[in-house]
Amino acid sequence: MVLLKKGAEASLYLETWHNRKVIMKRRLPKKYRIPELDLMIRSQRTMHEPHLIHNAKEAGVPTPTIFMVDVADANIIMEFVEGKQVKEVLDNVSAEERLSLCSLIGEMIGRLHKHGIIHGDLTTSNMILTPYGKVVFVDFGLSERSVEIEPKGVDLHLMKRTLQSSHYKHAKECFKAVMSGYAESVGTEEAKKVTAKIRDIEKRGRYVADRE
Amino acid sequence: MPANNSAESYCLGIESTADDFGAAVVSFEGKVLSNANDTYMPKQGGIHPREAARHHAEVSEKVLAEAFEKASVKPKDINLVAFSQGPGLGPCLRTGATAARALASYLDVPLVGVNHCVGHIEIGKLVTGATDPVTLYVSGGNTIVSAFEAGRYRIFGETLDIAMGNCLDVFARAVGLQQRRGAPFGAVVEELARKGKNFVSLPYVVKGMDLSFSGLLTAAVQAFQLKKGSLEDVCFSLQEVAFSMLTEVTERALAHTQKPEVLLTGGVAANKKLQSMLQVIADEHGARFCAVPLKLATDNGAMIAWAGILAYGSGLSTPVEKSFVNVKWRLEDVYAPWVEGR
Repeated sequence: MVLLKKGAEASLYLETWHNRKVIMKRRLPKKYRIPELDLMIRSQRTMHEPHLIHNAKEAGVPTPTIFMVDVADANIIMEFVEGKQVKEVLDNVSAEERLSLCSLIGEMIGRLHKHGIIHGDLTTSNMILTPYGKVVFVDFGLSERSVEIEPKGVDLHLMKRTLQSSHYKHAKECFKAVMSGYAESVGTEEAKKVTAKIRDIEKRGRYVADRE
Repeated sequence: MPANNSAESYCLGIESTADDFGAAVVSFEGKVLSNANDTYMPKQGGIHPREAARHHAEVSEKVLAEAFEKASVKPKDINLVAFSQGPGLGPCLRTGATAARALASYLDVPLVGVNHCVGHIEIGKLVTGATDPVTLYVSGGNTIVSAFEAGRYRIFGETLDIAMGNCLDVFARAVGLQQRRGAPFGAVVEELARKGKNFVSLPYVVKGMDLSFSGLLTAAVQAFQLKKGSLEDVCFSLQEVAFSMLTEVTERALAHTQKPEVLLTGGVAANKKLQSMLQVIADEHGARFCAVPLKLATDNGAMIAWAGILAYGSGLSTPVEKSFVNVKWRLEDVYAPWVEGR
């Protein structure tokens, strides 16, 4: 069992399960809360996440296949998606490929939102580009269901910030491509509303020059 | 009592955000020379803003006199007047602001408006020696997880509806508990919770980094009414659920920022159970856990004075014509240049 990522709430392990390379997502007990409550929280989240991963598939967005959900132990065993994190790929492809990749990502985010799924953690490390040119969305641990504009704006705002911090050389054109792909899924009207909301969210805090 | 060294500079801090009217004298070196206070106690129900403001106006003279007397500092020796400018209840804030403006102009000294939440964090750092903490500020009116990042105290998580302390107060009133001077509702609930044994399932609501307590409040009151457990059991369960929520969000902020300390402040900071839960996560992340002592964790004038001194020290002051109170003043709207300089 190889530890891939240790988070505040769950850890990811690489494992072999029935001759398959799988990801095991474990939600470990927290010592500060009483066992009854701890088990309730961990099992609820262990059920919630595969639900949303499944909903995303129904919306037409590639997500890992779920092999087993062990509610009692708060473990999820799912497909290890072969490919590369978009984070590693984005700065190392041609300009043309980069834009079409971003547009595809935007289209997928649009499908999620259109079906009332808010991913909650849209960073380029949570998207995997497969050798077949698909983008698989992973980590639905912070996902929720909503059809309101605000959480959609927050979702895409995080995407924008990730591009600005991890892919600053191409952030501007990349996000533009994301939003054009997004508009293809949700329609121009809705995309305009969400874009306005993102601007709204940006103005709320942080280091916005025109506020000073 | 501290000797009055006339070479020293002093700040008078006035706090009147909610039910407390506080006045304190603090030296520019950070010595709290006095910390006078009078709390509005409603005969029944919660804080009525107008009644609380009336209380503040009535006690202000007495509390101010006490602050000067205990500090052995005369009004004419004051070099700066600080007041809480927000966030809080409008009528209450205005009462304190009026007193502060009048004193500053009478004494002919600068006036500085202080953000109430900044005051809590700064006095907490001063008294515990914390340098750069993740702060959990939990009181009757606020529930905020914050840490300093690029010039401001950023909010990592906060309540989406009512504050933690508000949840405990309303619950306590709804189930017929009484508070006493020195034993607010939170302490009464904590006392009962210690005798609770059986866990009653209640909604646990963490959304990303934010928290929600209103559903928990309703469910806890119903659990008592429907006799799903004894009052002790419900108090126990309410505390367990609410404090686990707070601890989870604080832990996430700690894991993300890797700060060296966890600072607990606000009226709910007195709760031993909450303290012990935060101690666990602080230990796990190699951080020092600091709980602010009650006298300086609840609303007080000293925190306003100290935050005023810090702001004034980095060249900030508030001219009278810009000293309007700001009832919804967000913590992260405050530019805090003094933090990085120290």
